[in-house]
Amino acid sequence: MITKMNHVSVFVLDQDSAYEFYVNKLGFNVHTDAPMGPGMRWLTVCPPEQPALEIALMSIDEGMMFNKDSAQQMRSLVSKGTFGFGVFECDNLLVTYEELKAKGVEFTKAPTREFYGFEALFKDDSGNWFSLGEKSA
Amino acid sequence: MTRNLSEMNDNGEYPRAYVYRRIVSAKLFIDEHFGEKIDLDNISDEAFFSKFHFIRIFTNCYNKTPHQYLSFVRIEKAKLLLKTGMPAALACYAVGFESVSSFTGLFKRVTGQTPSAFRITHGERSASIAREPLKFIPNCFAEKNGWRKVGQ
Repeated sequence: MITKMNHVSVFVLDQDSAYEFYVNKLGFNVHTDAPMGPGMRWLTVCPPEQPALEIALMSIDEGMMFNKDSAQQMRSLVSKGTFGFGVFECDNLLVTYEELKAKGVEFTKAPTREFYGFEALFKDDSGNWFSLGEKSA
Repeated sequence: MTRNLSEMNDNGEYPRAYVYRRIVSAKLFIDEHFGEKIDLDNISDEAFFSKFHFIRIFTNCYNKTPHQYLSFVRIEKAKLLLKTGMPAALACYAVGFESVSSFTGLFKRVTGQTPSAFRITHGERSASIAREPLKFIPNCFAEKNGWRKVGQ
């Protein structure tokens, strides 16, 4: 029986820039940051209240995982905002929205009351989009 | 049906947006100036609120009083500095505490460890990551990236 998820990948265009976005703007904690040889790095971050879920910020580079064409296609798709990787949660959506906006985070949907909850949408520095919802009482 | 903040005013903003902005601005001030001597009275002035009103709204937004939030930020920043190997006394002053004993007491209450013990624990982990990074990476990721050969 599967009980938990402990790692998930988000493909990013630049790991240094992603570090700045996820750590200094979103406020996530660095779990592991290990250089893995020239131009390679294992970088995982966690939402502050979820230290057991490592989000691996995976660089899209030509190499073992992507050949040259695939890397190019993947980078293009990510930067076009093709991929939505998940839903984050916060205690107070309006406050979090104002704070992230003040830090320069781009929202593609302002806080909106939907039939399923109160949500906004934002993009990371690469173009990946996420939903941000308010924890229900 | 989508209700795009039906209470939006003529400026297209949700109600009390300006209040949230002022509170966020005060919070970001604490985030930036935590290492300095911060007078929370000044922050409430900056936010154009009475002190009582400011504390009430801030606490409502962040589930912590401004003072509790400042202490929280200082402890979190101290953890980061200790992880880099900085001695506890230096970390204490760097994050704005004026007394090592009050810093140590609060740090232990929050984390369950003294700052020195925390530094040693995390120093060992950092050294281990530097020495054997593959121990911290799931095998599937290591293989896909060519950091470990399949079946190794």
